[in-house]
Amino acid sequence: MAFRLKLVPDNTRINFFRWQGLTFGISAVAMLASVIIILINGFNFGIDFRGGTTIRTESPTAFEVSDYRQAMDELGLGDVSITEVFDPTFGAEKHVAQIRIGTTNETGSVTPEELNRIEAALKTVDPQVSFAAVESVGPKVSGELIKTAVYAVGAATLGILFYIWLRFEWQFALGGVFALVHDVLLTLGIFSLFQIKFDLSTIAALLTILGYSINDTVVVFDRLRENLIKFKTMPLIDVMNLTVNETLSRTIMTAVTTALALTAMLVLGGDVIRGFVFAMLWGVFVGCYSTIYVAKNIVLWLGVKRDWSKPDKTAAAEKSDLAGTPFQDMP
Amino acid sequence: MLNIPLWKRIAILGLVALGLLYAMPNLFYSRVETHNDAVVAAERAGFETPEQAAARAMWPSWLPSSLVNLGLDLRGGAHLLGEVHTADVYKSRMTALWPDLRDALAAQRDVIGPVRRVPGPEAELHVEIGNPDQMAKAVEIARTLAAPVASLSGAGSSSLDITASGPTLIVRLSEAEKAATDDRTIQQSLEIVRRRVDEVGTREPTIQRQGKDRILIQVPGIGSAEELKALIGTTAKLTFSPVVGRGTDPNAAPGLGNIVVPSLDEPGVFYTLAEAPVVTGEELTDARPSFDQNGQPAVDFRFNPQGAKRFGAYTAANIGQPFAIVLDNQVISAPTIRDAITTGNGQISGAMDVNESNRLAVLLRAGALPAKITFLEERTIGPELGQDSIDAGKIAAVVATALVVAFIIASYGLFGVFASIAVIVNVILILAVMSAMGATLTLPGIAGIVLTVGTAVDANVIIYERIREELRAGKRVAQAIDDGFNEAMSAIIDANVTTFIAALVMFFLGSGPVKGFAVTLTIGLVTSVFTAIYLTRLLIVLWLDWRKPQTLEL
Repeated sequence: MAFRLKLVPDNTRINFFRWQGLTFGISAVAMLASVIIILINGFNFGIDFRGGTTIRTESPTAFEVSDYRQAMDELGLGDVSITEVFDPTFGAEKHVAQIRIGTTNETGSVTPEELNRIEAALKTVDPQVSFAAVESVGPKVSGELIKTAVYAVGAATLGILFYIWLRFEWQFALGGVFALVHDVLLTLGIFSLFQIKFDLSTIAALLTILGYSINDTVVVFDRLRENLIKFKTMPLIDVMNLTVNETLSRTIMTAVTTALALTAMLVLGGDVIRGFVFAMLWGVFVGCYSTIYVAKNIVLWLGVKRDWSKPDKTAAAEKSDLAGTPFQDMP
Repeated sequence: MLNIPLWKRIAILGLVALGLLYAMPNLFYSRVETHNDAVVAAERAGFETPEQAAARAMWPSWLPSSLVNLGLDLRGGAHLLGEVHTADVYKSRMTALWPDLRDALAAQRDVIGPVRRVPGPEAELHVEIGNPDQMAKAVEIARTLAAPVASLSGAGSSSLDITASGPTLIVRLSEAEKAATDDRTIQQSLEIVRRRVDEVGTREPTIQRQGKDRILIQVPGIGSAEELKALIGTTAKLTFSPVVGRGTDPNAAPGLGNIVVPSLDEPGVFYTLAEAPVVTGEELTDARPSFDQNGQPAVDFRFNPQGAKRFGAYTAANIGQPFAIVLDNQVISAPTIRDAITTGNGQISGAMDVNESNRLAVLLRAGALPAKITFLEERTIGPELGQDSIDAGKIAAVVATALVVAFIIASYGLFGVFASIAVIVNVILILAVMSAMGATLTLPGIAGIVLTVGTAVDANVIIYERIREELRAGKRVAQAIDDGFNEAMSAIIDANVTTFIAALVMFFLGSGPVKGFAVTLTIGLVTSVFTAIYLTRLLIVLWLDWRKPQTLEL
């Protein structure tokens, strides 16, 4: 008998609907809380979305943010924020700061003269400071980037909604998309709560979460459809429980492998990418939760066609389009 | 399903081997890069220096030598997004049209009366005519100057929009012509930006059009975006213009058809020039840095035959008069014409240092931008930061893979080993496909690969869990494995299609690093389906054939 690590024992019989009021309630409350937090806190938008300039400085000697601030204040550049960046991958010889300057002119970029003045000013308090990166985005582009970002998330959601509707039933599509909205809202909420920098790569992370979360949900739906055909008379709630139990091992396994990989990236991948990886890791967590406790509850409430063996007219049409779906083999 | 024909086995293993071969150059990144650079340089020059031959010998030419393109965030460099002011061109088109229109109208002076240009919007030509009742005739004359629009969408329409308002004839570019002009302006700008960037000889710059009137420029290895901006942001519009007057008042009324231009090296001095130049920089064939007779940096230039002829005729007719050399709306110098200059050679001197004369020569050689470019977005990433990101990404990817492999083997034993092989082959295939396609790897792209390491296992997990169930249902080993693969198929396809939809959206709506991430994610999806379904199955089948197990512990 070889050793096997089993996170989920064989043949679980967990009743996932036992506390559905509670589990779904948690989701609902968390979503509501996210909305409220976002309304109150807003986001810590990076320059991608609000324009301005960021400068990443590096210095072999330790510095005080207050010194930097003083040096910068004398330049009169308006809205300036300075934060020190800490990272376990930095050695003792590396001290990094992120300086953000609000939009100063129409194109949003600092002029070369301003950059030289900033460098000279910082050199007076920290002679060995150097600029590792300078990025500047004008208000025109940042406005467009916000628009594109919203379109992107919307388009991805619609595309997925359409695909699931095509492959399954509209109840599944609604359930899946509700789970997506849940995941996106909760991710946005945590970005607002901890004021994590929200930039273009965060949008990429959100879209990845969409893909991952629906992936998870779809595997459960796929099995649910199969079981609905197999157990025609079993109450819907029991079929669902059976399905989630059957796929539980896979849900957990995949979440763990993905989380393992992402955790390695989170810890070792450096500070530049950390916000992005954190968003994805959090997305894996909420995606896993929504798969088990959110998506199918919606399907349960909406009800679903039980008799899959005698397809009605529309289903027949669908069947010819989708040769290769599991129910094509049914008598 | 378990009987994989021989050709299929060979195809699967062949693909994997090909992947290994194409991914391998990335292991020796700097070595292969040196080799590639030497090959390109030798090809360009037409001959090979001994150093280049040595560099080329660092990598055997019969091995694949394509590398994954490193994005700016990994390599360091500058990124600029510029907007071309396409409307600038309308104005110069109108200015150029005026002399022709004036001559055409003047030829019919006895019918339409005297004509004169009156002020109007920049992109329009307003002409007042003496006999407003003959307006129809004037419009007809102006129409003869219009040409059909030379573009697909605007075919059939006229290039000019000609209307009359009281005694004023109004000429402007038609909408179709504007669209065609805009397109041409962008194409020209792209070409000139490309020439300027190529002149300074940096490696693999990306210069592409984005949207209607934007240009995206990415140059790896350049010190800062400012440097790049200085090179690209200058219009470098050179004209040789007749001088009408000289004064100190910037607000002096120049008179119609004239402009007031400041002097570059005489503060407070302004020249009044005729707006239509004698010759423009477009008629230069060559420009190179040199020194004038006082040993000051200067730029020598040569006109093409038409330019030389026109310049010769003008100088012959205006001996003793000054003319101005104007660069980007500043008079560089205004010498007096001593002789007719018919050779077509000339020199620009003025207050500049050696660097500036070098840059001016580059700019003049590359040609003037047809319109001004302003920059909406600029990013400079230092090379050290990029290297740090690569190093961190590499370590993270290795650790992530090790963790996933350990976990999957602990969970599934021997089958876990198969899945692990698939995962590692998957990463190699991603790199191979990216190298072959010349796709760009960005920092989010590295995160994408790491994520793929996590999710690639998913297909295997779905299959293995299914096999476990089939085994529990009491099926024989081969049957359970076969059913496991078959039943898991639809879930795997659905799961990957949904992720693919998200990646597709990112690719089309994203920019820069996000796009790079989408590319990596998409390639990862395709390769992971291949490795999870075909490669793992082949490995399992080979094992089944070899051991013929009666029971299976999974």
